[in-house]
Amino acid sequence: MDIAQKLPQWKAGREDGFDIEPLYINMGPSHPAMHGTVKMVLKLDGETVVGSEVEIGYLHRCFEKTVEMKTWNQVIPYTDRLNYVSPLINNMGYCLAVEKLLGVKVPERTDYIRVIMCELSRIGDHLTCIGAGAMELGALTAFLYFLKARESSWQLIEEVTGARLTISYGRVGGVVRDLPANFAERWAWVRSQVEQNMEEVSVLLNTNRIFLDRMKGVGVMPLDRVLSYGMTGPFARSSGFDYDVRRDEPYFAYDRVRFDVPVRTDGDNWARYQVRMEEIRQSVRIIDQALAQMPEGPVRLEDPKVTLPRKKEVYSNIEALMNHFKLLMPGHGIRPPQGEIYSAVEGGNGELGFWLVSDGGDRPWRVRVRPPCFPIMSGVEELILGEQVADIVPIFGSVNMIGGELDR
Amino acid sequence: MHTALDSLNAAMSAHPLLVQALAAVAKTVFMMTVVMLIGGLILSWVERKQSAIMQDRIGANRAAILGVRAWGLFHNLADAAKGILKEDFIPPDANPFLHTLAPFLAVSTAVVAFAVLPFGGTVHLWGQSVDLTIAPLPIGILFVWAMMGMGVYGVVLAGYVSNNKFSLLGCLRATAQVISYEVATGLTVLGALLFYRSLDFRDMVAWQMGHNLGQVPFLGHLPDLGAVLAHIPAWGVFLQPLGFVLFFTATIVEMTRIPFDLPEGESEIIGYNIEYSGMKFMIFMMSEFVESLLFAWVIVLVFFGGWSLPGLHLGDGVAVLFGHALPYASGVALEAAAMALKIVFFLWFQMLVRWSLPRFRYDQIMHLGWKIMLPLALANLAVTGVLGVLAR
Repeated sequence: MDIAQKLPQWKAGREDGFDIEPLYINMGPSHPAMHGTVKMVLKLDGETVVGSEVEIGYLHRCFEKTVEMKTWNQVIPYTDRLNYVSPLINNMGYCLAVEKLLGVKVPERTDYIRVIMCELSRIGDHLTCIGAGAMELGALTAFLYFLKARESSWQLIEEVTGARLTISYGRVGGVVRDLPANFAERWAWVRSQVEQNMEEVSVLLNTNRIFLDRMKGVGVMPLDRVLSYGMTGPFARSSGFDYDVRRDEPYFAYDRVRFDVPVRTDGDNWARYQVRMEEIRQSVRIIDQALAQMPEGPVRLEDPKVTLPRKKEVYSNIEALMNHFKLLMPGHGIRPPQGEIYSAVEGGNGELGFWLVSDGGDRPWRVRVRPPCFPIMSGVEELILGEQVADIVPIFGSVNMIGGELDR
Repeated sequence: MHTALDSLNAAMSAHPLLVQALAAVAKTVFMMTVVMLIGGLILSWVERKQSAIMQDRIGANRAAILGVRAWGLFHNLADAAKGILKEDFIPPDANPFLHTLAPFLAVSTAVVAFAVLPFGGTVHLWGQSVDLTIAPLPIGILFVWAMMGMGVYGVVLAGYVSNNKFSLLGCLRATAQVISYEVATGLTVLGALLFYRSLDFRDMVAWQMGHNLGQVPFLGHLPDLGAVLAHIPAWGVFLQPLGFVLFFTATIVEMTRIPFDLPEGESEIIGYNIEYSGMKFMIFMMSEFVESLLFAWVIVLVFFGGWSLPGLHLGDGVAVLFGHALPYASGVALEAAAMALKIVFFLWFQMLVRWSLPRFRYDQIMHLGWKIMLPLALANLAVTGVLGVLAR
């Protein structure tokens, strides 16, 4: 798309014959609004963006190649680092893909635990995105309220997994350990924190004329462009693309909980803000239901070819000891049958897909990640075209670029 | 002891010029101490703590001298030390003279404006009447406006000579913003000046002290209400509520603070001061605080009756508070406290705005300035003028 389509009133030269030389400016890779590392070369006429080039790749760390040299289980910690705002979803998404490749099904309780932990991460992800967006508009107070809410959810995640970011909680065939006994009451506390801070921020922003003016009608992405770019998630749903992996291709226990998928049709920053706010409420609803429905039972598959036997068994019986060694020795381990699989979960930003290819060995032959923010990032040049320099910041904030999963 | 005082009194009475000279020095020292102490040190602490309270944080509290933390007050000293010790970086392509001049231009114009701001009425010393103003200018408010207009040169210069595209954008924004709002700022306050019929701050305060709302045309003739209104002082804010709201908004624009901090816009263009470091950078910060104090002061003088306290009357050597006689000194102290409290209130209110609102966009700020504030200010002035003529 070029500037003449997006901004018909703009002219490259002036009618009196004086040509205006555009101002080229490098925004990033070190710039407060460039969430981590991304570079935008902007072509400006005054404050209007009349052209841009977005450079990604500053956070490339060879994820996909590196994990080809790891065993199937060793990949798990690497997936934590993909999306550093909601690592649990990446973790669980990878485990789900390997389980599908292996053709195994995890115990029911695990499904619910995964749902709960994924939604907890999603809450944190959306809180960060909205809060950071507000901060970049100058509303630092809203940002700190949301960080406070996120902090409570991260504390709960830490209590469950033992870490805040590098959680590595998922395992092929289950999760590391069960939820702590007091999880339900801790969740009640987190929920009250989240709801209270949501209320405070809604009061600060929802009817704030300055905030509305900055968000409404800015960074519009029409539905056909969303589809042609392959965008998903809250970004696409705010343009009217009614698609949510959780509802349309249910995994874990999402088919057993009720939730709404918020959809807006405006496709602007304001719609994206509203969709994310509503998704936080829906995530709270999902966790409440999942906690109520969750059955008792094991949290890991008892399959000697997939999960490690219990330590007590390993020390007391030869069969378990052999299983233990078979899973851990180089050249053995989990060996999914030859084949390939694409498995997607709904990440914080949209469809997070893992395409795994197995040659029957103990290492993946290929791991391809479909990062949800990659298609969205490819639309950024179009999104900011014709907008003001100041609008780049909220637009880019609503894209919610996560360098870890984008550049891998 | 008595003889010493007597001889001092005698000497002072004999040399009126000496009294005036000493008073001038004392006034200047007092004002500059207040400005530098509040603008340079205390306000940054207040801002830290207020934002912390609003955002559920503790705020800076670690700097300590001999284990005394004093609620984080020492952080300002630590900041000053850091600013002075840091490398003073001048970009190779920048003009060193202009680059250095910019921050001083920004802060000095703001400080100079305090010269015409009265901090009290007239006191009598040794037979001489001394105005509690460094420079009692009859055109006081025009001088403040002139200095406000000059203040932007510091910002513009800083952005222009830094030879950085981001700071250039900041400088352009500052220019456009200040030019657009200069007009509105002047017009908003004109309505109030129609009542005071003077450009001198002292006359404005005197007018507000000398009148009550019952004496205001139209308002005073309202049946039943007229008697009640006679008990309310005729402060500018009651006469010109719209003018006050517009003027308060315009002062935030002039200070370039959120929601009008476009020249800085630290998340978009990082700001006009991107190429400044160390103390020069801090001087820009300081000039913002000094301006914040300046405008709080001006607002109190023009719209909130200056040092007047309802019910308190200071006569010649007597003070009367709601009919009770008070010692003269405590009356003066009450006036000073009233003035200080009003200023503190507006400093607090400015920060409340600063930490609650997001930032405008460039075109929105132009829209607000030219299409909303300017017509409103004109309408306010016209209505006030017409009513004034009708009341005559």
